[in-house]
This record gives sequence, structure tokens and C-alpha cells, in this order.
Amino acid sequence: MTEIPAVENAITIRDLVVDYGTRRILDGINLDIPAGQIMVIMGGSGAGKSTLLRCILGLKKPTSGSINILGTEVNGVRARDMHALRKQMGVAFQGGALFSSMSVAENIQLPLREHTRLDETTIEIMTRIKLDMVNMLPHEHLMPAELSGGMTKRTALARAIIMDPKLLFFDEPSSGLDPSTSAELDELIIMLKNSMRMTIIVITHELDSVFKIADHIAVIGEGRILETGTPEQIRASTNLEVQDLLHRKARETVVDADAHLRRLVGEEE
Amino acid sequence: MLKKLENIGTYTLTGLEQTGRTFNLLLLVLWELARPPYRFYTIVRQIYFIGARSLSLIVISGVTIGMVLGLQFYSILERFGSVNLLGAGVALSVIRELGPVMTALMVVGRAGSAITAELGIMRITEQVDALECMAISPNKYLVAPKVIAGLISVPLLTAVFDSVALFGGYFVGVVMFGVAEGSYMNGMIDAVEWEDVRLGLVKSVIFGVLITLICCAKGFYMHLTKAGSQGAEGVSFVTTDAVVLSSIAVLFSDFLIGAIFS
Ligand SMILES: Nc1ncnc2c1ncn2[C@@H]1O[C@H](COP(=O)(O)OP(=O)(O)OP(=O)(O)O)[C@@H](O)[C@H]1O
Ligand SMILES: [Mg+2]
Repeated sequence: MTEIPAVENAITIRDLVVDYGTRRILDGINLDIPAGQIMVIMGGSGAGKSTLLRCILGLKKPTSGSINILGTEVNGVRARDMHALRKQMGVAFQGGALFSSMSVAENIQLPLREHTRLDETTIEIMTRIKLDMVNMLPHEHLMPAELSGGMTKRTALARAIIMDPKLLFFDEPSSGLDPSTSAELDELIIMLKNSMRMTIIVITHELDSVFKIADHIAVIGEGRILETGTPEQIRASTNLEVQDLLHRKARETVVDADAHLRRLVGEEE
Repeated sequence: MLKKLENIGTYTLTGLEQTGRTFNLLLLVLWELARPPYRFYTIVRQIYFIGARSLSLIVISGVTIGMVLGLQFYSILERFGSVNLLGAGVALSVIRELGPVMTALMVVGRAGSAITAELGIMRITEQVDALECMAISPNKYLVAPKVIAGLISVPLLTAVFDSVALFGGYFVGVVMFGVAEGSYMNGMIDAVEWEDVRLGLVKSVIFGVLITLICCAKGFYMHLTKAGSQGAEGVSFVTTDAVVLSSIAVLFSDFLIGAIFS
């Protein structure tokens, strides 16, 4: 038994700063993501969660700061090392990002075909196992355009785990899903952690699923980490913004709409 | 006034930047091509899409252009009483100029726009990012097969265009206007040198790479331009851009190649 000690971090982020043009999106993020556990990153819309994910995935170059994944420093990494690193990561994007010219099964098989020399039968079996996990087996021949939102997300998840990655990233698994499908996905995520010992990073808005799946939570607001800790610690947080997020009041949207209106009027003058 | 100058500056800079990116893409593609795995099947599929599916268009336009040329050359040459030069006139203009240029323009319209739209959509729906995260190089997987397919298809299509255009000229000259078959054919064979064929070949190879490269770059790098934040509308912008730009590139490089080789 190789029990992963809780202190070991799969990802370490230090002083991460990211700008889009002149706008500072992430402003000094420090975050440790422990191996073998589920880390939920939550925060208001536009807080910079997806941007943080893109940095971790190496899709967006940070302005400054460092990101260490499984012992590899991502900043200035050689292409070959990044390649090796990415083979250990699975990503399910917010919009699914399924290849529109391939069927569900072909989408899921692509990494296997590209990175392994398995024969056709093995690929077929592995695909079916993953499809079954996400309950997509009856729909394997559909094209992405024929899928519902929930089916798209489940297919994206199946594709993300086809190579049995060490790290799994999941952007907004439950947004736009009905409660029962979203609960199914939550259970699947927990199962993946328990049975495959994956380190799972989930970005989500849904408070229900946050507290159901999270071992650790990081709350982001305006480009900074507002609070990190276990679900209990987050619940007990004295940070007002965190409390605000937890008790998602209508106030937030009212303030937003107000500011928006003022901006519009300001622009008109 | 100052604003206008500033605009010119901005346009020049973006233009230069995009040109740089396009050539950078060419280097990346060449680099990726040199390394295994080699994707014969993907390339074949792209050749089918760019080449085979353009075939009927090329045949129709080739015959038409050949007939138009036959008609025009006949009416001009008849005035000077030298209709025996008809074959030579049609053949030289088709093989040296019109074949490669018209074929390239047709491919731009039919396949180039589709390439840009496809890559643009893949970019904005994060499919390109997904490929990268799977450790599959999008350059190798998406761009390189298209450029290679362009490199192979456009010269072949040009050859088809040339032959049907010559047939079109033959049809108008010999069958319709009764020019002697022997003088048409012999005029053609005597006039066309290996040099002319080589010029046409060089042109079509360069056009093939140029148009696929420009159309790929426009869609693939869409997120780096203003269109990147405009979703579906942005895709239509870059697609139009790609068609215009690659058409101009074909015409301009046609002039350049002609100037260099003669
Ligand atoms: N390509 C881009 N160019 C410019 N600004 C961007 C770009 N992508 C994101 N931003 C800005 O960065 C900020 C953070 O965006 P991000 O997508 O990370 O938010 P998020 O926390 O994922 O929000 P959501 O929960 O709505 O998905 C936003 O203010 C957004 O306007
Ligand atoms: Mg997001």
C-alpha cells in the first residue's frame, strides 16, 4: 500500500500574477493542492478561476510567479517535459471542447490512439469501460452536436480520464445540469478519487456539490485567494466576501446591475 | 490627422505581426513534419477534402476558361491572319499563368474558407486547447496535414485545369471555328517549352503552400486578434479576411515569381 501522505502537494502555486493587456486578473495567488484529494476552487463569476486553470495547464503564460506540477516547474519548461507532464493530466473544459468531427467514442479514444500502441480490441474495451462510468455507453455513436449539455460534460469527463491521469481538472462540471445529473457527476468524481487516487481540481459555482465533494476549498475573489481550508473551515470563515459567496444573496447581483447601469450611463455622456 | 497616422501605424504593425506569425507557423509545420508519427491517413483525408472535392469545380472552370481563351485568341489572331498560332496562345497562357492562378483562386474559395472557419471554430470552442492538453500538437495534428495536402493537391488540380482548358481551347478553335487540327496541335507542341511547364509547376506548388498556410494561420491564431473575442461573428471575419488575403497573396506572388523566373 502506498498511501500518499497528506502533506505532499501535487501542485504548488507561488505569487502568481496574470495580466490581460493592462488588466490584472490574478494578483499574487499562493495555493497548495494536495495530492490524492479533491480541491474545489470557487469564486464569483469573473473572479479568475478559469484563468488560473489555464495557467496551470500551460495555456496562458503568467506575468510572474511560479507553478510547480508534480515536481516540474511549468514556467520556462522545455516542450518535451511539458509534453510528458500533460500526459499525466486530464482536462474537462467548461464547454466540453469535444472534437465536432468525431463521434463520442472517437473523441474518447483519441488520446489512446495518439499516445499508445494498443490494438483495436483493447482500445475498444477501454473506451467502453470509461463510457460506462459516465453512463454514455448507449450514446457512443452520437456526434457532439447531437448531445445535450449534460451528455457533453460527461463525454468530456470520460475523455479526460481515458489515460488514467494523475491529475484531473474539471471546469464547472455541474453548471447548467439538472440536480440529479449533477449529483451523479459528483458521485463519479468522488469515485475517481477513491478508486483511482487521482488528484482532482474542480471549479464550480454550485454550493451543494462543493460541500459534497471537496476535501479542500480555495475561494478566489478579484484575483486573490480569499480563504483556503477544509469545508468546515470555509463555513466558519470570518471573511465577509466568503460568507457572501456562501449565502449567495441577491444583493450581489443588485450591486452588479447597479454598477453596470452607472457604467452605461457614464459611457453615454 | 494624427489619428489617421496612428491608424496606419497600427495596421502596419498588426500586418507585420500576422505575417510573422504565419511564417512562424510554416517553420513549426516543417519542424513537426520532420518528426514521427507521420500522419498519412490524416493527410490523405485532407487531400480528399482540398483536392478531390474541388475537382468538379476545377474541371468546369478549366473548360470554360479554355473556351473563352480560344474564342478571344481566335478573334484577335484572325485579324492578323495567323490562326495557326491559336494552339500556342491558349497553351502558353494557360500553362504559364491562368492554370496555376485560377486553380489557386478556386481552391481558396472552396477549401480555404472552410479551413479557416474550421480552425477558427476549433479555437473558440477550446478544441485546440483540448488537443494541447492531451499532449497532441495542434500544429502537427491540425495544421501540418492541411498544408501538405495543399502542397500536393494544388499542383495536381492545376494539371487537371491545364489539360481541360487546353481541351476547351481545342474545342472552340478546331471544332467550332474549323482551325486545322494539325496546326493547332503542332503550334502548341512547338511553342510550349519545359521552362513554361516548370514555371507553372513552381507557381502551383508555392500557391498551394501559401493559401493553405494563410487560411490555417487566420483561423488558428484567431484568438490573438480582435476577432478572437467576437465568437461566431469573429469566425466570419477571419474567414473573409483569409479569402481576401490569400487571393491577394496568390496574385502578388504570381507577379513576383514571374518576375524572378523571366
Ligand atoms: N482572453 C481574455 N482576454 C481578456 N480578458 C479576459 C480573457 N479571458 C478572461 N478575461 C478576463 O479575466 C477575468 C477572469 O476571467 P475567468 O474566465 O478566469 O473568470 P471565471 O472565474 O472563470 O468566471 P466564470 O465563473 O464566469 O467562468 C474576467 O474579468 C475576464 O473578463
Ligand atoms: Mg470560468
